[in-house]
This record gives sequence, structure tokens and C-alpha cells, in this order.
Amino acid sequence: MTEYVWLVPFFPLVGVVINGVVGLRFPKSLIGLVGCITIFLSFLTSCLIFLELLTLPVESRVVEILLYKWIPCGDLQVHIGFLVDALSLVMMLTVSGVSFIIHVYSYGYMHDDPGVRRYFTYLNLFVFFMLVLVSANSFLLMFIGWEGVGLCSYLLIGFWYQNKAPADAGKKAFIVNRIGDYGFLLAIMLIYIVFGTLDFLPVFEKAPQLLRTGELTVTLITLLLFVGACGKSAQIPLYVWLPDAMEGPTPVSALIHAATMVTAGVYMVARCNILYSLAPLSMGVVAVIGALTALFTASIAMVTNDIKRVLAYSTISQLGYMFLACGVGAFTAGIFHLMTHAFFKALLFLCAGSVMHALSGELDMRKMGSLRSHLPITYLTFLIGCLAIAGFPFTAGFFSKDEILWEAFQANTLLWAIAAITAFMTAFYMFRAVFMTFYGESRMEPEVERHLHESPAVMTIPLIMLAILSVVGGYVGVPSLIAQGWNKFHDFLSPVLGGHGVQVVQETSGIAFATEVASHGVQELHHPAGLEWVMMAISVGIGLAGIFTAYYLYLKRPELPGRVAQQFKGLSHLLSHKYYVDEIYFAYVVTPVNIISTFLWKFFDDRVIDGAMVNGSAWVVKRVSSGVRRLQTGSVQHYALSLLVGLVVILYLIMER
Amino acid sequence: MVPISHYLMVSVILFCIGVVGVFIRRNAIVIFMCIELMLNAANLAFIAFARHLNSMDGQIFVFFVMTVAAAEAAVGLGIMVALYRNRGTINVDDINLMKW
Repeated sequence: MTEYVWLVPFFPLVGVVINGVVGLRFPKSLIGLVGCITIFLSFLTSCLIFLELLTLPVESRVVEILLYKWIPCGDLQVHIGFLVDALSLVMMLTVSGVSFIIHVYSYGYMHDDPGVRRYFTYLNLFVFFMLVLVSANSFLLMFIGWEGVGLCSYLLIGFWYQNKAPADAGKKAFIVNRIGDYGFLLAIMLIYIVFGTLDFLPVFEKAPQLLRTGELTVTLITLLLFVGACGKSAQIPLYVWLPDAMEGPTPVSALIHAATMVTAGVYMVARCNILYSLAPLSMGVVAVIGALTALFTASIAMVTNDIKRVLAYSTISQLGYMFLACGVGAFTAGIFHLMTHAFFKALLFLCAGSVMHALSGELDMRKMGSLRSHLPITYLTFLIGCLAIAGFPFTAGFFSKDEILWEAFQANTLLWAIAAITAFMTAFYMFRAVFMTFYGESRMEPEVERHLHESPAVMTIPLIMLAILSVVGGYVGVPSLIAQGWNKFHDFLSPVLGGHGVQVVQETSGIAFATEVASHGVQELHHPAGLEWVMMAISVGIGLAGIFTAYYLYLKRPELPGRVAQQFKGLSHLLSHKYYVDEIYFAYVVTPVNIISTFLWKFFDDRVIDGAMVNGSAWVVKRVSSGVRRLQTGSVQHYALSLLVGLVVILYLIMER
Repeated sequence: MVPISHYLMVSVILFCIGVVGVFIRRNAIVIFMCIELMLNAANLAFIAFARHLNSMDGQIFVFFVMTVAAAEAAVGLGIMVALYRNRGTINVDDINLMKW
């Protein structure tokens, strides 16, 4: 089955061709059906490949399928090829599975939109590129997928391009991503210079021999790769595009800007874990940026009133968690959180979409309230999603988040403290959203309230499926502390990601790579089990404290938040303006660029190129010729005379010699 | 026997008269005749050299030149007639339309 891995991205491409090229006359329901079925087929293929890979012995679970020689150019050989291993399979399963559920949801959500064909074409195209990204066998092919998902993200954010806000948001996302992609591209070039190849396997095989730990080259490569990851996965300082990306349709936010595309950076860092483990400095940068992003954006989410933006900031914050995990060397924990996050964040977004659907597009949580009885399924599933993200015991988020906190604690107490504060904030703002939306007094406008209705089954069934995944999805990675030998996720991924955290030398397909602890020095390897229990209890307690605070502030004493905001006027002002980051970027990045561009346009283009060079050369020719044309008298005798003069001169010159 | 330089001298004089005529005369027919004069100067030079070098080549060239001159006279006079019919003059100063 593994040799058919190309089918996984191929099916969505078929959907694109059917819907995009011949779908013009299709009825809307058929277009949606094509979109869903093609994704389902690729999910099915991923499952079959997964089952086959499980039957193989652990050592041979890395299969490279070369389809076609794409760029044969001297030393540079790039194939259209696929790398099937544990990591890419986890990603393929997550991407195609979540995409399928969201496609089904979109079928209901987008049914009345006139652009439904365009929507499903773009969405299928996105899934195609995303699957190329995660299954590629070389940096260059990965980059193709990387750029492709960026393009689809742009197209889908600006899906309602008739309005200014979505169109601007699309452009912002595209431009900010471009900065990151530049870093990624430089990293690819550097990798080619150092290794002479772009394929993953040879690069990772040669890396320990060619590069010394902490060498400048490898640090530079990994930092540049991380710049790319920052752009795609919305980390400081390139996170500003993600909140604005919420202008797109809600299922798009769920799929692209929460569950799949934004995790591409985490996937890329995890894929290059061998390079990163050779560069302790880069690991430190990744961990610190991740932790800071998590804290920074979680604090913004606490005061945001737009339900989708709360989720957007929460996404950035959770992505920060994943990078924190990668940065402390716990790549498996990062990927684990990536997967569980895909489930519960997609769920939360789809619930928000369902709420919007019920409230005729209302996004402001101040105009909601007491929706619990009207939207029972949405309420329940949203609650499950919030419990999962808050790390409530025995939900998926509990296992993955706890693992990250534990790994962070082992690496550096300060990073752990930041992550723990973030966990508190996460629980707080998620339950703030729950209480503001589903509890308390109704603050809806009467017109909206009359049309209140639960979403149709085609939308609620995906919610239920994702809610189930948000609970049981974590049980593939139960920490060994609770149940010895149940951490199947680790066992599956360890050949690629080399176990977790502070690890020993591991032999993987002939590569011996020593993952020393990444950034902050080796702590003692074996903490007593009691400490781990205590840490687990602390993280649960933090989550519960966050939930309780939200309960107290928004349900018990609803007048308190306003008073608190009054008390700390400066701080609340700072938060509600998102730390003025957009304004700062506008003043110090956008405005200078605009000024320089205007200068180049008005002066260099208009004056120098158009004026001096284009029109100037024409002017010179005109002037010279208007003088010279007087020689052309029309009288043949004059011409003959000049001929004669010329002849005499030539003869004279010949004779002279 | 008359030396070759005498013939060539006559030829040069004839040619120069032709050149000067072409440059200074305004009547197209006279210009035409001056061109014929130059051609015949060349003919004379050809004949002189042919005689001097005991070679027939020059004389054969003269036939060619005379043929071309005859054809040229036919075409040229035809142009002249057409010009006169169109513009009522064959003064070359008035025939200067081919300019800016």
C-alpha cells in the first residue's frame, strides 16, 4: 500500500480538477459531495498505509517512494517523491481526517453561499498542498506545498473579496508569510550548499558527520528554518496575520488557521529535529519564542470580545506551546499536542461557526448569552472542546499539555512557569467565552433572538465527531506514569523523533544521533515519580483555577470585570489594543516601506526610469534628428556632391598611405 | 604613335566636365547629357587601355557600357517626360519632394 502514497494528495487534486474545471454546471450539492468524497478517499488511503506500516518491523518504517525525476540538473537531483514514516503518517492522518470532517461541515455551512464551487475548489486545493507538504521527501517539494498552502490561505481568507476587510486580511497574511518564506528559502539554499542535496534522508544522515554541534552553519540553517516556521505558524514577531485571518469563512479558520496549515511550522521543526539537536542555540530560540508567544497572545485573548478572535489568539498561544515543546527537545510532545490541538481547536471553531450561524453572523460575545438551551449540541461540544484545551483531566488536551509542561519543567523552570501561567490564562479565556456565550443573561438583539435555531445535522454531526476525538484522541499517548506501556504515540514516533526530551543515543536506520538536551543544560535524568504526580496535579489545579476565576468574574459577579478594568486602566487598555503591535508595525515597518516605495515610485520610476531613461532617450533622438534632418534637402545634386566629397576623402586617405 | 597618357588626359577632362555639369546644371536633360559624357569618358579610358595592353577585354566592356547607356537614356527620358507632364517643369531644383 505504501507505494500508493501518491494517491493521498492525488485525490484532493482530482476534486480540484472536477470542481474547478468541469464543475461549472454542477448543482451545489454535487460540488460539495465531490469535495467531501475526494478527501474521504485520501483519508482512507492514509489509514490503509498506516495499517500496513504497523505490520512492518520498527526499523523499516521509513519508506521513500520516488515518483518522477523532477529537476535533474547537474548535482541537484530533485524528485517528486514521498517519504512515508511515522511522522508524515501522523500528519497525513490528522490533516486528511480533520479536513474530511470540516468538509462535511462546510457542506452545511456554505450551502447558501453563491461561491460554493470556488470554496470547495480552494479547500480541496489546500488539502492537496498540505498533504504534499507533509508527505514530501525533500525540502524543495515541501516548499512547494508550503507556498501552496499559503496561496490557498490567501484565497480563502479573502473569499468574500467584495468586502474590504477580508481582502486586506488576505493580503496581510500573504505578505507576512512571505517574510517567513524568505527565511525558509535561504535555509534551503544553505542546506544545498552544505549537503549538496535537498532530500530529507541523505541530509539527516550526513548531518551528524558534516556538522559539529553548535557550529555556525547548522545554527544559521535552523534559525532560518525557524523564521519560516514563525511566518507559517504565527509566532512572534510574525503572528499578526492570524487574528485578521478570521475574516475568512469559519470552516476555513477551523481547517487552515487552526488545525492544519499553521501547524506546518511545528511539523517542519520536528522533521528537522536532527538538525535542531545539533544547534542548541536555535533550540533555545525556539523554546523562548514559543513560550513568549504563548504567554503574550494568551493575555490578549483574555480581553478580546470577538469569539473567533479569542480562538485565533488561543491558536497562536497553543502553537507557542508546540514550539516550546520542540525547543526543549520534546518533539514527540509537540507533535502530540499538534494532533490533539487539531481536534479540539477545529471543534471550537466549528462551534463558533454554529453559533454564528444561529445568530445571523454575530461574532461579539457581548451580544450573546444564555444560548445553552437554544443550542444544546453546540453548547455541549463547545464545552468539551474548552475542557480539552484547558487541560481538564482525561481529555485529549490534558495528556498533551501535561506532557509539554513536564518536559518544560525538566528543561528550565522559568519556561515552565511561563507555560503554567499561560495554561491558567487559557483556561480562563476559554471559559470566559463559554460563560459569555452560553450562560447568563441574554444580551442578544431581539431580531436575532427570534431567528435562533440549532444547526442542521450536517453541521452538528461533525461537531460530535470532533468532540469524541477531543476526548479519546489523547489516549494514544497516555503518559507511562499513569499506565505503563500505553504511550503508543511515543513508541510509534520515536524512530523519527528520537524519543523525547533528555534522551540517550538512539540507533535509527543507521543514524546515530545524540539528542543532548537542547537548550538549557542537562538536568538529572530521572526525577522521582512523585514529582511527576505533583506536577500533574499542579497543571490540573492551574486549569481548574482558571475555570473558577472565569466563573467567578463572568457568572457570579458579572459587574467585576468592568471594575477590574477600571482599576487597571493602563493594562486593560494595553491588552484591548493588543499591545499596539499592529500600530507599532504600521508605524515602524509599513510606513517606512510606504515612504520608500512612494519615493521609488514618484522619483525613481516616474523621474529616473520614465523621465530620464525612456522619455529622455526619445528626447535626445528627437533633438539630434531635427538638426540632422536638414541635411536631407531632397535635391539629388546635394547628395551627389556629398558622395563626391566622400569619395575624394577616401581616395586621399588611400593615397596617403 | 600617341602615348596612352594623352588619351587618359582627354578622358579625365571629359569626366570632370561631366561631373561639374551634373552638379551645377539645373536642367534635367543637360544633367543627363553630362552623365553620358562621364560614361563616354570611361569608354575612352577602356579603349585606350585595351589598345595599350593588346587585350580585347576593354573593348567588350565598352559594348556593355554603351548598351547600359542606351537603356538608361530610354528610362531616363521616359521619367523626364512623365515629370514634365505632372509638374510642367524639368528643373531639378523644383523636384525636391523626397525630404523631411
